[in-house]
Amino acid sequence: MIGIGPLGRLVLIGLPFVWLALFFLFPLLIVLKISLAESVVGIPPYTPLITTDGGGLELRATLANFALLANDELYLRAYLGSLCNAALATALCLLIGYPIAYAIARAKGTRRQFLLFLVMMPFWTSFLIRVYAWIAILKPNGLLNDFLTALGLITVPLPLLNNGFSVELGLVYSYLPFMILPLYGSLSVLDESLFEAAADLGARPSRAFLGVTLPLTLPGIAAGSLLVLIPAIGEFVIPDLLGGPDTLMIGKVLWDEFFNNRDWPVAAAVTVMLVAVLAVPIIVAQKFLERERAA
Amino acid sequence: MALLEITGASKRFGTTAAVDDVSLTVERGALFALLGPSGCGKTTLLRMIAGFETPNSGHIVIDGVDVTALPPYARPVNMMFQSYALFPHLDVAGNIAFGLRQERMDRWRRASRVDEMLALVQMSNYAGRRPRELSGGQRQRVALARALAKMPKLLLLDEPLAALDRKLRAETRLELIGIKERVGTTFLVVTHDQEEALSIASHIAVMNRGRLVQIGTPAEIYERPSSRFVADFVGEVNLFEGKLTAGFNCLALAVAGLEQPVPLPAAANLPDGASAALAVRPEKLLLSHTRPPGFAIAATVSSVGYLGGVSIVYLAAGGGRPLKAYLPSASAGGFGRGTGVWASWSPDDGVVVTQ
Repeated sequence: MIGIGPLGRLVLIGLPFVWLALFFLFPLLIVLKISLAESVVGIPPYTPLITTDGGGLELRATLANFALLANDELYLRAYLGSLCNAALATALCLLIGYPIAYAIARAKGTRRQFLLFLVMMPFWTSFLIRVYAWIAILKPNGLLNDFLTALGLITVPLPLLNNGFSVELGLVYSYLPFMILPLYGSLSVLDESLFEAAADLGARPSRAFLGVTLPLTLPGIAAGSLLVLIPAIGEFVIPDLLGGPDTLMIGKVLWDEFFNNRDWPVAAAVTVMLVAVLAVPIIVAQKFLERERAA
Repeated sequence: MALLEITGASKRFGTTAAVDDVSLTVERGALFALLGPSGCGKTTLLRMIAGFETPNSGHIVIDGVDVTALPPYARPVNMMFQSYALFPHLDVAGNIAFGLRQERMDRWRRASRVDEMLALVQMSNYAGRRPRELSGGQRQRVALARALAKMPKLLLLDEPLAALDRKLRAETRLELIGIKERVGTTFLVVTHDQEEALSIASHIAVMNRGRLVQIGTPAEIYERPSSRFVADFVGEVNLFEGKLTAGFNCLALAVAGLEQPVPLPAAANLPDGASAALAVRPEKLLLSHTRPPGFAIAATVSSVGYLGGVSIVYLAAGGGRPLKAYLPSASAGGFGRGTGVWASWSPDDGVVVTQ
């Protein structure tokens, strides 16, 4: 450290914390506050947390919204539905993404650059437009059904859109790059002589993979899984556009509570619970990564 | 029967031949060194024996079995990698046990074998450490123990001492020989360090540009180099290029820039007028202030390098020809910079090379 005194150091470390407090913690506290209020018709559409009605200061907090979440099966099913969909999408992304990341990491020079470029190319188009494109592909008279009909493989269009399949497809398609990139990161730094050492010591390719490659890429797997799982749990656009009437995901419920029912307190309670649910895998993964780094 | 037999092995990368028609035999129990400058193909040859490279032609036979087409995991050889290639996620014991796990050795035998190996390389107190917690020398020992754990018929060592500092290298060299004696395994060492090869190997194969240029014991390689390349690469040398001519009463070499023809050893058997080079090791050169009887070259001391026990004296002879001589440091004092000297040697101390 040259040229910055204790004050400079404080500013340097303090700035990100101020940023996080202002734009992350503070809004979260507002949401928490709203989740403890009651819904009313008005602007804003919820009761204040602290009132001066009865002369003195009065704290008016209620857990009724959380009780509603606990009692109405819809919310629990939505949470579980989101979790299952996201977990399945994460597993599929890992299964599809690992071989792709492996191939990119083993490719040389410009070929590797080109393959990485292909992985990142979808980001050049808006996420929303890419999801809409899937509607055009999957709908009853869409590209895929027309193609299969033309080939004579099917006579009646397959139900590809607005069901669990299309939601899962959308999730996997959208989040695959977020799995591939951290996996590639951890695979590309592996010393190739480690694979050779494993083979030299008598490990067949499958055993070398399980005994060396896989354990050494666990940090990449953990990072990629988090990057897919977390946004996929809260995903709203994909279930809304590609899902059907029976698609129950918490992001969609949240949207409905907020914009259709205008019940801000319940929407806020759903959000608080969502953050609580997401915190669990994040904390678990953080602990794991810390241990890896310390070891 | 020889342990390792390589016949006509070649490996091409694109149009360049990394290994060009190499045939080689390594006897059981030898400490065989493959010596050559970087890029001479010695590492490629080692990797072909390990199974990481497939030769374009030729055969590799280990203990009577043709392994040319076998994958690395099916060969009875183990390799100690130049980078050591220790598994960072396993501790020392786990690294040593890795190969034993692959052959599904039961737990108790495996544990006792790991202990045995740890004791062999004096790392018993470090069984639970991860590689990153070890020093370079300790990693080197673990890599050696891991490669020896499976009791390979042939141990391949790729520049085993290159990553160590000089002092540690000298100690480890002795240890390596000691361990080899104890386990009795045949060692094949790749090195670019001629001093290392001369000091540890029982046999040396010198490679240059993908070809084997000479095989022999360290003394044969050093005392009787078969080519200019070997004479120059292995140790320091004074090379005199010239044409064969009739000398006083023996064969001699007419060398441009020298007044007198250079006498050749009596054993030299060459046609008159042939081109040849005479190689004279610096320690064979005798320096004196007065002209000795017989053949001698007049030269001036251009600098003196102190190497501890010995000093190297750099000379400039007629026509600016550089010469070097080793002297005991105690007697080098009389040959300060700018001193005029006479350099001579006994004709039988020179070696004639034609290639």
